[in-house]
Amino acid sequence: MSVANPLTKNIEIGRAPFNFKEYQAAGGYQSLAKAMTMAPRDVMGQVKDSGLGGRGGAGFNTGLKWSFIPEPDGGPRYLVVNADEMEPGTFKDRLLMENDPHLLIEGMITASYALQATTAYIFLRGEYTLAEEVLLKAIAEAYEGGMLGKNIQKSEFSLDIYLHTSAGRYICGEETALINALEGKRANPRFKPPFPQVSGLWGRPTLVNNVETICNIPGILTYGVEWFKGLGLGEESGTRLSGVSGRVKNPGCWELPVGTTFRTVFEDYAKGMQDGYELRAFIPGGGSTDFLMPEHMDLPMIPGDVAKAGSRLGTSLMTVLDDKTCPIGMVRNLIKFFAHESCGWCTPCRDGLPWVEHILNKMEEGKGEMKDIEILREMSSYMGPGNTFCALAPGAAEPLQSSLKYFLDEYEEHVKHGCKYKSH
Amino acid sequence: MLINSDVDSTTTMTNIIASTALKARQLTEAEIHEIEHEKTHYPYAQAVGLEALKIVQKHQGWVSDESLLAVAEYLDIPPDDLEGVATFFNMIFRRPVGKHVILLCDSVACWILGCDDLKAHISKTLGIDYGETTEDGLFTLIPVPCLGDCDKAPSMMVGRELYRNLTTEKIDQIIADHKSKA
Repeated sequence: MSVANPLTKNIEIGRAPFNFKEYQAAGGYQSLAKAMTMAPRDVMGQVKDSGLGGRGGAGFNTGLKWSFIPEPDGGPRYLVVNADEMEPGTFKDRLLMENDPHLLIEGMITASYALQATTAYIFLRGEYTLAEEVLLKAIAEAYEGGMLGKNIQKSEFSLDIYLHTSAGRYICGEETALINALEGKRANPRFKPPFPQVSGLWGRPTLVNNVETICNIPGILTYGVEWFKGLGLGEESGTRLSGVSGRVKNPGCWELPVGTTFRTVFEDYAKGMQDGYELRAFIPGGGSTDFLMPEHMDLPMIPGDVAKAGSRLGTSLMTVLDDKTCPIGMVRNLIKFFAHESCGWCTPCRDGLPWVEHILNKMEEGKGEMKDIEILREMSSYMGPGNTFCALAPGAAEPLQSSLKYFLDEYEEHVKHGCKYKSH
Repeated sequence: MLINSDVDSTTTMTNIIASTALKARQLTEAEIHEIEHEKTHYPYAQAVGLEALKIVQKHQGWVSDESLLAVAEYLDIPPDDLEGVATFFNMIFRRPVGKHVILLCDSVACWILGCDDLKAHISKTLGIDYGETTEDGLFTLIPVPCLGDCDKAPSMMVGRELYRNLTTEKIDQIIADHKSKA
């Protein structure tokens, strides 16, 4: 038996998520037994061969990321699930955790076997209160069901899973900042190398993976690598959650084959723009991705193809800009978020973002000057890759730099006549 | 909660800090019980600093200097380090807040769908701006970064409850419901 929608097959909005027994009856909790027929390194190899890429935004091959963990030395090793979903416009991990918590837990158990992790943490966004309740209940059920604790399924493998609820800071999505936060410290990012796989939580080998990434693990082990590869379109492997928000008729998030085009999600699932609104542009995968234009709609939602068009797939949840909303207002909204969420560690981010926000405020108030456009251009490169400690400011620079490319006339119009939009 | 009522207004800032620093309050049994439970999840007690602050906030409504010092003492964390954590996180309140904290999402999808108008409506209805608390102590209004509920925007939370697809009418109802609960 195999399925075409492994991430959402148990999800039915409006009904309570499956409990341990229901989840098991639906074919769940089989992946650990399959994994245990193999050596941990071979399980990592399977995940690598499946082509699964990280679903948190960077898209790096998951099995390859895992493979950098050193051989066990008898000390603790950690798996940390990054459930601190806070990228503007991103609402997929909430769906998975609130509606099928056992899928995440099963994925964590099997991943921990592969990594030979001794303890696993879920680093959950504090505002996700329903997910907190659902996960706590599911973790307790998994202990009762013998899938967690000492000598799981009478094997040598033992694992504890703990839920950590955070208190709202976007920077915790950066894996080394997350590790600091989990240690009880201020969540500034750490210098890399060493990478967390070698020296992470309390200096021990640690893997940090996104919720959706880990939710792919049960399927890969249960149904096999070939099945997973067959799920994607063309050369692509697997499915992923993609969606649309903004002024569309049917905003939402759906599990679709990797390689699906933006247009399919936008037209067939989100049902296009609301009446009276035209599509102006969109950001393809969260606030830290460059704007794309209607002519990019036929691109497949694959990191490489989106990169060629000058953006990033990111979290693959589109936010659409309509013709009645100010593009500069949208950029200002995004920059305000990043300025607020900067950890303050390095100058381009701490000082650059508030400066950009200030200039965009001036633009919206009709006080912008032509030289401000040049400053914005300089700032977007000053905050770009290579100048900062982590990816926060370079991410923030993406919508800014692409807005200067696509909406230069709007900037000039704002300087000359102020903002003409109602939403600005 | 202990307040520095004995400090007269002419006292220098250094003295205020010094005298406050002596006044770590006693953590309650319930707080200690919950902090001890969290400690079992980590190899080092210092790791539960944030959890302990959240526990204190749950019981006291906010994190006063006296509470912060109590947690720092209890977990053997330098108070400045714990303060660095407390002030870093959006959801730790170092000032008193109302009984119901309204967290209005102001990020991109909610903004496109009119959260600025909702903010104006809440401010007008309750007579408070961001960061302020109503005189009756019932509501505090705070903006919150993207709540991850973009397909049901605009959204907000009141306490631990999420409210979605908001309109001004829905907000009036939510405010009325919380007033009657009070």
